[in-house]
Amino acid sequence: MWRYLIPISVFAVLAAFFARGLNLNPRYVPSPLIGKPAPEFELPQLKNPEIVVGTQDLTGNVVLLNVWATWCVGCRQEHGFLVELAEANDLPIYGLNWKDNRPTAMSWLSSLGDPYVASAFDELGEVAIDWGVYGAPETFLLARDGTVLYKHIAPLTREVWTTEFLPRIIAECGALPCLPVGSE
Amino acid sequence: MIPELGQFALILALGLALIQASVPLLGATRERKDWMALARPAATGQFVFVLAAFLVLCHAFLNDDFSVLYVSLNSNTALPTPYKLAAVWGAHEGSLLLWILILSAWTLAVTAGSRSLPEAFAARVLGVLGIVSVGMLLFTILTSNPFERLFPAAMDGNDLNPLLQDPALVIHPPILYAGYVGLAVPFAFAVAALLTGKLSPEWARWTRPWTTAAWMFLTVGIALGSWWAYYELGWGGWWFWDPVENASFMPWLAGTALIHSLAVTERRGIFKSWTLLLAIAAFSLSLLGTFLVRSGILVSVHAFASDPARGLFILLLLSVITGGALILYAARARHLTVEGGFRLVSRESFLLMNNILLVVATAAVLFGTLYPLFLDALGLGKISVGPPYFNTVFLIPMLPLAALVGVGMHSTWVRMSSESLVRRLILPAGVAVGIGVIFPWIIFGRASALTMIGVSVGLWVVAAALLDPVKRILRRGSAPIALTRGQWGMTFAHLGVGIFILGATVTSSYNVETDTSATPGDRWEVDGYELVFRDIRRVDGPNFQATEGEFEVRRDGRLVTILNPQKRIYRVQTSPMTEAAIDVGWGRDLFVALGDPLGDGAWSLRVQVKPLIRFIWLGALIMAFGGLLAITDPRYRTQRKQEKVQPSSELVETA
Repeated sequence: MWRYLIPISVFAVLAAFFARGLNLNPRYVPSPLIGKPAPEFELPQLKNPEIVVGTQDLTGNVVLLNVWATWCVGCRQEHGFLVELAEANDLPIYGLNWKDNRPTAMSWLSSLGDPYVASAFDELGEVAIDWGVYGAPETFLLARDGTVLYKHIAPLTREVWTTEFLPRIIAECGALPCLPVGSE
Repeated sequence: MIPELGQFALILALGLALIQASVPLLGATRERKDWMALARPAATGQFVFVLAAFLVLCHAFLNDDFSVLYVSLNSNTALPTPYKLAAVWGAHEGSLLLWILILSAWTLAVTAGSRSLPEAFAARVLGVLGIVSVGMLLFTILTSNPFERLFPAAMDGNDLNPLLQDPALVIHPPILYAGYVGLAVPFAFAVAALLTGKLSPEWARWTRPWTTAAWMFLTVGIALGSWWAYYELGWGGWWFWDPVENASFMPWLAGTALIHSLAVTERRGIFKSWTLLLAIAAFSLSLLGTFLVRSGILVSVHAFASDPARGLFILLLLSVITGGALILYAARARHLTVEGGFRLVSRESFLLMNNILLVVATAAVLFGTLYPLFLDALGLGKISVGPPYFNTVFLIPMLPLAALVGVGMHSTWVRMSSESLVRRLILPAGVAVGIGVIFPWIIFGRASALTMIGVSVGLWVVAAALLDPVKRILRRGSAPIALTRGQWGMTFAHLGVGIFILGATVTSSYNVETDTSATPGDRWEVDGYELVFRDIRRVDGPNFQATEGEFEVRRDGRLVTILNPQKRIYRVQTSPMTEAAIDVGWGRDLFVALGDPLGDGAWSLRVQVKPLIRFIWLGALIMAFGGLLAITDPRYRTQRKQEKVQPSSELVETA
């Protein structure tokens, strides 16, 4: 009698969906910015409020823009890897210090290491809104012409770096280190 | 050294579980008594070793042993001692160990309670429980070892998630798990029956108390979780249809259906294959919940740290346990013989409708919970399914179900005349609808159709539940109607349902929610209460700093209470937590939660008046109490020899 096979069939379909679901990330929401020019901004630098850092500094080279904050646990988790990346010196890393406190953020960088060429200080989170940031850490990869190539949500790991970032960087630059156009 | 002993105890427990899962099952097939006899000692030994491992983990927490990774991630020297214990099951690894401990405790209870069962059957039940245990122990040992060391040891721990630092959350997981995991027992009874190839007439009677016991724990566990979410998450809601909540609610719905279907199978020997399927489904939904919560496959407010490797392991486990049981079901269930039929107007058919409606509700919740996953897996986009969907699709089967409760309770087995049913129930139904339509207008001055329906249905269930006991009391002088413990259980469980419906309807209809901003010194009115914001100050807790507001609540000039809501920052995890202050009352709760500072001394505030919200949890507790009464019915303790039932007494049982 076929009807006794219905439960196992329903379960098999569900299990197939679950198996597929394990390879999906429900928290991943594609950024509408990908393939579009990065939103423009100008903010005071974290370490030196007199100096402005903004979209201007990010164009001309393939760069990372890392959104971080001292209150963010995931940022502490990825920080070591960012410092490692900065030491390899393959491409410049910029920071967007989000809704943070200047002295705390500066002491964090001096105690854990500073991987950033410069960090923009977005105290009120206004720039982060333009960039569609909804949680730290987030890391953007920007092309030479300033378009957004990729956005990663959650702490950056070596695995994500090799599978998601490196191929895109190589495609854009040809080889590492990725140097600004005209600097050779 | 001690943590390694815990690890070693777990491995020994796995060894014993492997014996329990294999030898007795083979023994039952080959009719080897000595092999079957191994089931009980193996289960007992397994319990001892799992308990030892669990105590070792407790020891590590109480002694701040931060050389254990799990302890260092979930505890802190400043954490108050009760929360150190709660931290044992505060995250994935430890809660899994708790899961296993509870499974082995249930198994131990089955070894004690199954002495009157046929030996081969008891051996099969314990063998199936052993299989589940092997799976969970392997899962812990291979992917989620709670005793993993941290080298070098941490100076201090990362602290317990502040959301979990709460008295209700100390007891919520053990009770909820007792319910979740307890459903493994009816599952094992069902699989054992399928392995035997026939369902003995006593099967349902053996299975019923275990099912009811698990259901009772599940009811209390879910109620505690809802109560916690109400005062701790700071929003004043009591049910959010979050995937994790749904994960506990689906087994409850299936378990409720199972309890009713078991009643029919026990009394009338019908619905056999359906009952077996529900028993498999209820525990499978528990496992599914475990999978959903721990695999990271769905987004949830309070999911555990997720890991695809763990997800894959539980999926395999789910496939082996549920898939295996369902294949066995497909092969064997059709050979079950069905005796007897029933008429349209009979208790059987009302219970059948109950089952259909409960299964529809379970399916609707399951579908809503998994819908985002389905769409994502098919590449159709990202969506989330929220309360509007659930509230609607849940009410559609639930309102008729609640309306049927009263009718079902007063119907008799096999057949009865619809006239006598109508004659019995017309008065309570009329009174319930009358009050349900008029009272909301008198008390609150407004009522929507759904509110009037909800109140009427709630009152109707209460009236139907109380009809027999009240008659009994009124007739005390003459021959009283004797109610068995089981019938008292049913009465209380249904009374709880009615009270819950009243609470849920009135709270959702007449809840007053205001979001305001205020500075100390302000006074304003919410729903007839005058609030005075007297002061705001800093308070230090053992492992947090808090900003505490002081609010005076007056009604008609008389002081009602002083409320002190807090906004806490826990030192280690630096996450802000809202501790709402609630003035609790039978008639209403007054809820004040402190929001964020708005500058110039002003604070955003959430003030809510929630009428009858206590009825929600009170109803759940009464339901669970009904379960407790039903389990203690002496009928379940009678020995095999005395179990001849007299069919004639069955028909008059509810008359």
